[in-house]
Amino acid sequence: MIWNETKECMSRDEILNMQSARLKKTVSRVYHNVEFYRKKMQQLGLEPGDIKGIEDLNKLPFTTKEDLRDNYPFGLFAVPQSEVIRVHASSGTTGKATVVGYTRRDIEIWQECVTRVLAMAGIGANDRIQVAYGYGLFTGGLGLHYGAENLGATVIPMSTGNTQRLITMMEDFEVTAIACTPSYLLHIAETLEEVGKTDSIKLKAAICGAEPWTDNMRKEIETKLNLKAYDIYGLSEILGPGVAADCDAHCGLHVYEDHFVPEIINPDTLAPCKDGEVGELVFTTITKEALPLFRYRTKDLTSITYEPCECGRTLARISRFKGRSDDMLIIRGVNVFPSQVEAALLEMGETSPHYILIVDRVNNLDVLEIQVEVEERFFSDEIRKLEGLTKKIAHVLQSALGLSVKVTLVEPKTIARSEGKAKRVIDKRKLI
Amino acid sequence: MLIKQLSVFIENKEGRLEGVTQVLKEHNINIASFSLADTAEYGMLRMIVSDPDEGRRVLKEEGFSTKLTDVIAVKIPQKPGTLHEVLKILFEAGLSVEYMYTLATAGRDTSIIMKASDLTKALDVLKQHEYEVCTAKEAYEINNISTNNV
Repeated sequence: MIWNETKECMSRDEILNMQSARLKKTVSRVYHNVEFYRKKMQQLGLEPGDIKGIEDLNKLPFTTKEDLRDNYPFGLFAVPQSEVIRVHASSGTTGKATVVGYTRRDIEIWQECVTRVLAMAGIGANDRIQVAYGYGLFTGGLGLHYGAENLGATVIPMSTGNTQRLITMMEDFEVTAIACTPSYLLHIAETLEEVGKTDSIKLKAAICGAEPWTDNMRKEIETKLNLKAYDIYGLSEILGPGVAADCDAHCGLHVYEDHFVPEIINPDTLAPCKDGEVGELVFTTITKEALPLFRYRTKDLTSITYEPCECGRTLARISRFKGRSDDMLIIRGVNVFPSQVEAALLEMGETSPHYILIVDRVNNLDVLEIQVEVEERFFSDEIRKLEGLTKKIAHVLQSALGLSVKVTLVEPKTIARSEGKAKRVIDKRKLI
Repeated sequence: MLIKQLSVFIENKEGRLEGVTQVLKEHNINIASFSLADTAEYGMLRMIVSDPDEGRRVLKEEGFSTKLTDVIAVKIPQKPGTLHEVLKILFEAGLSVEYMYTLATAGRDTSIIMKASDLTKALDVLKQHEYEVCTAKEAYEINNISTNNV
């Protein structure tokens, strides 16, 4: 069903008018409350009054993840701390996390967006939904949780990490919907097959996201579990899950344009792309209070169309993601930048900075291995000490990345050096 | 006295062990004795060679991670219970053995390479109990007799 028909089915003119009004308000508020943006706008000779409507959006400066890092933790917040009721955090490109904040109104908007996604997937108050994204600093768990509660569904806050218990409850509670990463859902499907329980579960819908997947993977999940699977997209900087999602037509993900204005740009020239042309997705938030962002570069590559969808929604649709314009990896739904690994290794100082990350998918679960060269100065001929080193590296990386990592020591100079950009990642995962 | 052991880190990969022996062969360095410890991912080759400094230099040149470690080579008679006696003496002196392997079994005595937690103390304790240890030269050339005769 369409949860909020007045917002999801507006005419293009209505959308643009609403965006114009909201953008103007946002720009004025941000200019007066966020020094970073005020300075940037002043450098561009831009005053709030120069933004007369959505057509002036491209006059505003871009924002990057580095800007968030440089203003860590709360430098870009546009409200006093007393109005911030929650923070979340995701991986930064190096050491420091990317911190985002929400006012009560922001949380309400977030849950409204997630509710729309769940309703679009045919989930309602009579459904029992297992939220199997991580709960905590990651936006996945709590994001889906609030949205599902707002919908009136019965929420089972599973979080991640215990597939057996998840399956037991899925069966015992007659769970009808699940929210998790697509690879984890495939893993659940295979586990169900192994124990011969596929037929005894009642799932009818799955909301999958937090990592790239393909239409084929969706069909495989749907066949294996006899349910309908939907794609949900989001990023903490803009909101969390619920920025966009697909409907039954599976012809792209509807962007909630009444809150987030999408643009597609060429990541090299920063020039706008034509509709249908693949480029980097950029978002401007027009209702966020705590952390409003202008033209935030997501680094996700996709294309956009403004054609109304057969489902009746008029919201712009972005296509399935084609990759990233940077080197970020998504492993078990967790964002990982190779630069984080490098920073952690250098800080630890007991190994060479020559490493390679190997990502693979074993039984539909992502595994991350890191090979590190044993430099002579850190080499001990006592295996006990080498094992100690391995454990220490694994521990340091686990706390830096929030992921368990298998560490393998390799001989010096065996990791290929390349001129220019070093090849730091071997991704063996095949998206079917 | 202390002798120098040459240790090399070896990945569990085809041809790596052979790579080490090849380099030593090309530089005419003799391996008097060795032990190879393995884990799931890598191996640790510990050797007593005819010229440890040169051995390390040439292996390093070929990109191996190497290390020279001080160890001792204690001579023990070839009869039952003698290894136990040595270990007991070390244990009673509060020392532990990190690893050990045989250097030579030729002649009446066996020589055992040992890496104890405190080598100086180990030497003292062994001396007190009238155990003989190999000199460095003796250790590096201990198994040369047969080759010299050929």
